[in-house]
Order: sequence, then structure tokens, then C-alpha cells
Amino acid sequence: MAEQAFSNLQAASHETSGLRSVAADFSSDRQAFKNVPWGKVMMWIFLLSDTFVFGSFLIAYMTARMSTTVPWPNASEVFALTIAGTTLPLILIAIMTFVLISSSGTMAMAVNYGYRRDRRKTAALMLLTALLGATFVGMQAFEWTKLIHEGVRPWENPWGAAQFGSTFFMITGFHGTHVTFGVIFLLIIARKVWRGDFDQERKGFFTSRKGNYEAVEIMGLYWHFVDLVWVFIFAFFYLW
Amino acid sequence: MKQATAHTPSHAQGQQHPIKLYLVVWAWLFILSAGSYLVDYFQLQGILRYGLILLFMLLKAGLIIAVFMHMAWERLALVYAILVPMSAVLVFMGIMVLEANYTLLSRMTFFASGH
Repeated sequence: MAEQAFSNLQAASHETSGLRSVAADFSSDRQAFKNVPWGKVMMWIFLLSDTFVFGSFLIAYMTARMSTTVPWPNASEVFALTIAGTTLPLILIAIMTFVLISSSGTMAMAVNYGYRRDRRKTAALMLLTALLGATFVGMQAFEWTKLIHEGVRPWENPWGAAQFGSTFFMITGFHGTHVTFGVIFLLIIARKVWRGDFDQERKGFFTSRKGNYEAVEIMGLYWHFVDLVWVFIFAFFYLW
Repeated sequence: MKQATAHTPSHAQGQQHPIKLYLVVWAWLFILSAGSYLVDYFQLQGILRYGLILLFMLLKAGLIIAVFMHMAWERLALVYAILVPMSAVLVFMGIMVLEANYTLLSRMTFFASGH
């Protein structure tokens, strides 16, 4: 009986979907997520914790905005730009959104070419991703400069509720920091790809573990997450 | 998602999907972002505005997580381990909605009369 139950579990552990596979994975000894590289699981768990950080920021923003008796500044007007005589609402934010989505697209393709062991295309696409990310941070710096010149501070602003400035600087600042670290992370991994570390299974400087193209996918997870967070910031902070 | 079912997860060689899948998702993300920008551009109001913002947001988030982050092809145990704890954020949000309403009520009752 016990043997049969064991062999059932063994069979279930080879399935990747269905509740039986979930039960088998969590009740198995030594390794819960079979066939999933540990680095990828660790990145997912880090991203889960980062979700809680950004979730808490957005909830703090919601609480401040819902409970203030002073009108909230109209983001559509605050972030409008006048280009060649026409005032376009939120135009800079829209461009930033498209830039970040494009960087996510190039990153997804870099991961794909990585698993095809196309070293040059992978590195080139990662560098393009880093370039788009740096462009995003540049536009964010422009946006911050513009708002600071217009008198937005964490404790006051000319248009309404004082909490607008503090939530804006906190949320976009934390997101921008993530993008900046992502660009650095991208450049490091792109260099390794270019040098052929993952083809020769060259050992890592800090970890002494053999490198392989999973590093590109793990990098991709982080980058897509940064894009994902922007989707929520765009919806709740800029559009709401 | 026809391509999705055609591929069995093979982590040994890593995830292999046709490039076309990524390009299609990329195009959809552009269309959805343009949609959410137009919500603001045309100054839609009320339930239509908030409904569309949430719809476009959830579709974009779903596409990024499922395809770009390969969640659609991961083991179900990993999917649950990551997605189920995220519901805690929604519970927290619910608690803070109640709290914010209470704070607003207190402010209007005790402080905002002279404002």
C-alpha cells in the first residue's frame, strides 16, 4: 500500500499541472519545485517580496488620497507637456510607458535567443534593453526636474493635497531606483553573455558556480517585474 | 494561446517559444497602453473611466506575467506559491479602504468645517 502511494506520488511529481502535482510538489522531500532552477525560484520569491513593498506604497497612496479633505491635483494637467504649441495631457508618461514596454519586448526576445545559444543576438538585445531602460530613467529625471521647478515638494504643491508630492516622489523614486539597478544588472549579464561565459560554463566570480543561460531568464524576470510595477503605477497614480 | 498548449515545459533546455509569440504580445501591450492613454486623452469620466483603466491594467499585467515571465508554463506549485500570497495585498487594501473612510469621516466631522 505504502509502495503504491509512493509510486503514485512519484508519478504525480512528473506532472506539471493539476492539484495532484501541487500536493506532490509541496509534500516531496529535498526539493519542492521539481525541475525549476533554484535561481529562478529565488528570483520569483524576491519579486513576491518586492510586490509587497510596491503594494504597500500604492496602498499608502490610496489611503492618503481617500482620506484627505483637500482636492487631489489633476495628474492629467500636472503631467501635460506643450510640444510645438499643442498641450498634450500625460504625453511624457505615455512615451515612458511605451519605452518601458519596448524594453520588456527586447528582453523577452533576449531570453529566447539565449536559450537558442545565440550569443551575439542575446547580448545585443540586452544592451538595447539597457539603453531603453536608461532612456526611461532619463525621462523620469526630466519629469522630476520639471515638477520640482514648479514647486512640488514632499510637503506641499501648488495644486492641492500636500500628500501628492510625497507619494509621487516615493513611488516613482523607488520604481526609478529599480530601473536603474536593472540597467546595471543588465549590463553585467550582457557582458557575461558577450564574453561567452554561458557557453563555456565559466565559473562566477562570487559564486564559483558554472554559468548558463538561465541567468538571462532570471534577469528577464526582474526586468519584466519592473515593467509590471509601472503598469500599476501608470493606472493608479497617473490615470486614476 | 494556441502556441501555449503545443509546448511542454522543458526546463532542462530552458523555455522555447516562437519569437512570433513575443512580438504578438508586444503589439498587444502597445495597443492596450494606447487604449489606457486614450481614456485620459478623451477625459472619460465615471464608471467607464475606472472600468477601462482597470481592464487595460489587468490585461497588460496578465500578458506580462503569463507570457513574458513564462508563468503560463511554470509548475502549478510554483504558480500558487507566488500568486496566492499576493491576495494578502488585496486584503490589506480592503482594510485600508475602511480605515481611509473612517479617517475622512473624522476629518470632516472635527476639522474640515472651516476649510
